[in-house]
Amino acid sequence: MPGLLRICTAGSVDDGKSTLIGRLLYDSRSVYEDQVHSVQKASRNRTAGPIDFSLFTDGLKAEREQGITIDVAYRYFATARRKFILADTPGHEQYTRNMATGASTADLAILLVDARNGVRVQSRRHAHIARLLGIKDYVLAVNKMDLVEFDRTVFEDVVEEFDRILPDANLHAIPLSALHGDNVITRSERTPWFEGASLLEFLETVEVERTALSRPFRLPVQLVMRPDQDFRGYAGQIVSGSVAPGDLVTVWPSGRASRVKRIVTWDGDLSIAHAGMSVTLTLEDEIDISRGDLIAIGDIEVGQRFKAEVVWMDERPLDPGRVYLMKHTTRTVTAEVDHGLVLNQIGSVTISTTRPIVFDRYAENRGTGSFILIDRSTNFTAGAGMITDPIRERSPIVTKPSAAERLARIARGAPTEAEAIAGVKKALEDLLS
Amino acid sequence: MAIAAPHHPAPQSGPRTAGPSAGYDHLRALEAESLHIMREVVAEFERPVMLYSIGKDSSVLLRLAQKAFYPGPIPFPLLHVDTTYKFREMIEFRDNYVKEIGARLIVHTNTEAIADGTQPFLVGTQRCCGALKTKSLLDALEAGGFDAAFGGARRDEERSRAKERIFSLRDASGQWDPKNQRPELWQLLNSRIHHGESIRVFPLSNWTEIDVWSYIHAESIPVVPLYFAREREVVVRGESLISLEQPFVPLLPGERPQRITCRMRSLGCSPCTGAVRSEADTVPKIIEELIATKNSERQLRVIDHDQDGSMELKKREGYF
Ligand SMILES: Nc1nc2c(ncn2[C@@H]2O[C@H](COP(=O)(O)OP(=O)(O)O)[C@@H](O)[C@H]2O)c(=O)[nH]1
Repeated sequence: MPGLLRICTAGSVDDGKSTLIGRLLYDSRSVYEDQVHSVQKASRNRTAGPIDFSLFTDGLKAEREQGITIDVAYRYFATARRKFILADTPGHEQYTRNMATGASTADLAILLVDARNGVRVQSRRHAHIARLLGIKDYVLAVNKMDLVEFDRTVFEDVVEEFDRILPDANLHAIPLSALHGDNVITRSERTPWFEGASLLEFLETVEVERTALSRPFRLPVQLVMRPDQDFRGYAGQIVSGSVAPGDLVTVWPSGRASRVKRIVTWDGDLSIAHAGMSVTLTLEDEIDISRGDLIAIGDIEVGQRFKAEVVWMDERPLDPGRVYLMKHTTRTVTAEVDHGLVLNQIGSVTISTTRPIVFDRYAENRGTGSFILIDRSTNFTAGAGMITDPIRERSPIVTKPSAAERLARIARGAPTEAEAIAGVKKALEDLLS
Repeated sequence: MAIAAPHHPAPQSGPRTAGPSAGYDHLRALEAESLHIMREVVAEFERPVMLYSIGKDSSVLLRLAQKAFYPGPIPFPLLHVDTTYKFREMIEFRDNYVKEIGARLIVHTNTEAIADGTQPFLVGTQRCCGALKTKSLLDALEAGGFDAAFGGARRDEERSRAKERIFSLRDASGQWDPKNQRPELWQLLNSRIHHGESIRVFPLSNWTEIDVWSYIHAESIPVVPLYFAREREVVVRGESLISLEQPFVPLLPGERPQRITCRMRSLGCSPCTGAVRSEADTVPKIIEELIATKNSERQLRVIDHDQDGSMELKKREGYF
């Protein structure tokens, strides 16, 4: 599949990730000569040889001074065959948050290990996060092979162990030396026993599983376009599936059905539109639709309670007594979580929302199965969630607290009085709207 | 979609050559992502504005805005921070193009600083940019009460930008704190801000310079003629060619004007933006040149080299 490949990387500190990425960029000629000069200048103060490749990927000044990277950095490189976006996630203690961020948009993960150390606890953890975020395709980069005399059995032991960690994944293992360039761009003569492609060749040609195209049609409404009295269109990016004029669609959560009349774009009307495209639909019938609604084909979940895996990304722990904002597709609702989590912890939780959301399981649909939790006092993006299961209520009245109870709970959960008042006011508005 | 196959021959190159990837599929993906970002901002912010710098990235942003809100008009004004040292061709292009597409333009200049004689050769580039760009921009954003400002910055431009968010949070004084930026997962953009805070939005975050030119080509987007090579009167200063088209560039001892065929790779203020020797007088030739060339576009901007990490310092203060 040509076009764009989004990659994320994971490895522990000193496994050689910066060196590997620097070499990929340098050898694919994606770093510019002036950057090479400034890196050569900086390299003189260090001991890493003529060019310290890892310096190409260093970012912010404060981090450079401390000699560590603490945030996701995005790199771009292109070959004649493909364009790559690489989310470079550092391997230190913030890695859960950073790796989840990088993996959330990635098609493929490069897992880096130091051949001398084999599979360590961190490697397992990286693999776990990538899998949780729904990545199916992996490159297992067994680095520093030069330090183990390019020994085939060392490589095979690592691969065997990873096969057990990621049993249902598409795993492609490559023995590498990032420092010397073996099997990075071209195949190395020092690994005659290795039959596979070099890292770059593999990345250029790999066909990743893009499930979004084959899933049922989903379009979260971003904006209702009403430039004049005659036109009423629903703008959004198609999360999955495809749609054509004449298709029967349902608008959620109202459940009203209609047919697609036109697919409108600046470049002219389309006869079909696919996952990933940003379009504007018009429908045959006049239905009341607003931002946050979802236009869909096929079965979907609608509810106010569900189970999810949540990655906590905030220094302030998740507090089950507080109310969070949950942004899911283009809809933002208030939500409560049944138990706490701390920074960089991942946990299975149950979430209850004040208004219904329309969703799929994350494993089936990344776009309609993912959400973020926002702290209402700091506005920080505190949690990232993946819906695992709906909870279908036998009788919604039994489990749902009364409006008065909910308001009291919001007031109790707020950190200050002013926020309690604001929170109750907002909840009342939500209730009455 | 109107992204047609390129008219120029695809570069004959093996897998090791940097260049546009085969076909233009990835441009459609980038376009769709940018449209999504713009629509989220319009849906969730009260007063968005687009920073319009007249350059190629701004031209692409404008086309994306036309597409995002079609069949409606662009639902926000454009803001140009005019230092008064821009090239004449830039201002002409701005006025004609904005009128042609029916957008609303706000032009803001720090007239006080100009009256005080602020210009790069007198006060130095750092102070000049500080007064005429950064301060002027922050003043204009405040005057308009804008809570979201679109910019054309890309992550591939400069190392400190690689970690920039799509929604970049600014405090009440317009400043950027690298520690106070939020993680961005999936396509879920967090639009919540406190009173007085604002965001800068970068819909072109994932585009590269070659993507921008490829899109300009595929979409036939008009750009300022300064990007195309022709003979110009310049003075050779270090590695850059400084245009003498405008009166405010003083000649240093020993310098003499020359006529050289050259073009601009990025457009800034005329005294501080160097031209490159180039024969590329069409968009396909520019793309070919970019594939062959090995220097980043910002190399020729005098201001980025004031100090190590200077872009980052400017960003913290509120410039972009
Ligand atoms: N011998 C050898 N050393 C390597 C290799 N890759 C990286 N290194 C060295 O390992 C150290 C850590 O590398 P770096 O890229 O900074 O690791 P990071 O922390 O994962 O980004 C540096 O001293 C590198 O020069 C390799 O393939 N072989």
